[in-house]
Amino acid sequence: MLDWLYTLAPGLENTVALLSLHPPGWGGNLLRGAWASLQIAAGAFGVGLLLGTFGALGKLNGGPVTRDLLAVYTTVVRAVPELILILIIYYAGTDLLNQVLRALGQRPVEVSGVAAGIFVLGIVQGAYATEVLRGAIQAVDKGQIEAGRAYGMGPITLFRRVTFPAMLPLALPGLSNLWLIATKDTALLAIVGFSELTLETRQAAGSTRAYFTFFLAAGALYLTMTLISGRVFGWIEAHYRRGDPRPTRGRA
Amino acid sequence: MTTSPNVPQPNAPRPGTLPRAPLRVLWREIMQPHRLVLIALALGIATYAGTTMRWHWIPRYADLALQGFWRTIWLLALSCVLGFMLAIPLGLAQAAGPRYLAIPARTFCTIIRGTPLLLQLWLIYFGLGSLFPQFPMIRESELWPYLRQAWPYALLALTLSYAGYEGEVMRGAFRSVPNGQLEAGRAFGMSRFAILRRIWLPQALQRALPTIGGETVLQMKATPLVATITVIDIYAVASRVRQDTFIIYEPLLLLAVVYLMIAGLLTLVFRLLERRYPCGQ
Repeated sequence: MLDWLYTLAPGLENTVALLSLHPPGWGGNLLRGAWASLQIAAGAFGVGLLLGTFGALGKLNGGPVTRDLLAVYTTVVRAVPELILILIIYYAGTDLLNQVLRALGQRPVEVSGVAAGIFVLGIVQGAYATEVLRGAIQAVDKGQIEAGRAYGMGPITLFRRVTFPAMLPLALPGLSNLWLIATKDTALLAIVGFSELTLETRQAAGSTRAYFTFFLAAGALYLTMTLISGRVFGWIEAHYRRGDPRPTRGRA
Repeated sequence: MTTSPNVPQPNAPRPGTLPRAPLRVLWREIMQPHRLVLIALALGIATYAGTTMRWHWIPRYADLALQGFWRTIWLLALSCVLGFMLAIPLGLAQAAGPRYLAIPARTFCTIIRGTPLLLQLWLIYFGLGSLFPQFPMIRESELWPYLRQAWPYALLALTLSYAGYEGEVMRGAFRSVPNGQLEAGRAFGMSRFAILRRIWLPQALQRALPTIGGETVLQMKATPLVATITVIDIYAVASRVRQDTFIIYEPLLLLAVVYLMIAGLLTLVFRLLERRYPCGQ
């Protein structure tokens, strides 16, 4: 079927064979790696959102000590390279867990790569999400929150019904950026030896010596992920902005 | 709390570098009871760590660490400077260029921003590195002694990455300069290059400065990746200590402190720059 293409480009048959999904080819491994990357990115993003929500609320409504501690958390995490945080949290987390297990009289366990990756990247994402959500919550009109309070809403109802829906469109561009960072940061787990897309690619490239083929294929996979998720975030933002007045043209 | 003036201030700038008012504000910020307790607590933890953890490896690796630190710094500085020189034409092409320049520039920025730096680094190092020796012309050239080392590939990858992110920033910055400014330049009879040099670029830079500061810190956070292609930067030295001595936490913690200090320095430099060239609204 593709014979005419192969006669045009003689190297193509080789490339297709290398990338084929079945065992002599490495395509299946790459896709498995991409799936692992996506899972970790989604998990880390979720953990980050949770941490970020509490962090933002703590920074805005917490006492002085809470605020200072949160400031230390966001500053340190945003200033130290992710790679080093990953190593520190990975080793320290495993160590602590095993010490707790030993204290409880249990056997030490080997931490699964996915769980560790989600945990570590989630903590990193949480620091960035704190700042994004804090900015968005601050930008919500004070009058709306006061109106909610005047209706007698409790803090949780107020957050669920007023603050959260009002801040979401403001936070979405920042959150979409964070999701892109999460998908790309999963590549760092390759260095701790977790077989996500980048490490699978390197193994495939190393054993076949077809470096360009595999790294370009992996690049295309990452690019597909980021482009598609950019589009999806665009839709979500359009959905939550549907009540906004149309932007007026011509004003500065 | 009568002895409070003796509490050291880790964040206080040297007198003379900043005007007096911020210093006084800073002093008042620190002189709050809960902060003093937190600072004391942090100092306590630091002294505890300094006295009880294992630091005996430091003298043995000090020279190597200094070299690694220097390598990190110059990789960061050179890649930022070169990357930014690439970013200006990339931004300009996207903001005002003809389509045959704008589309490649946008594609470049999308690809760089859409794939992990680690992948780009490995593509350049392993891909080009395996390709170059096949050409006798390259192998016999004057450049070959350099191309056999790892750092040119690291520098290339970091530069391209910075150019991709900054090109996007500069696109927005060039667009945000009001058209009237450029029209005024044209009315003065300035050439297009003179307008770019005297009006467009300076105003775009002023607007982009805060973003560029943040991006430079992100670039600094990306530098340890070069250790994966055998460039011995400060991170690689710490990994080596870990492998040689099986001491895990101490080198990593020290490394985190070093990066924190670099980040603090970068933030300070950019804050001074922003004060020197304020973003005129």
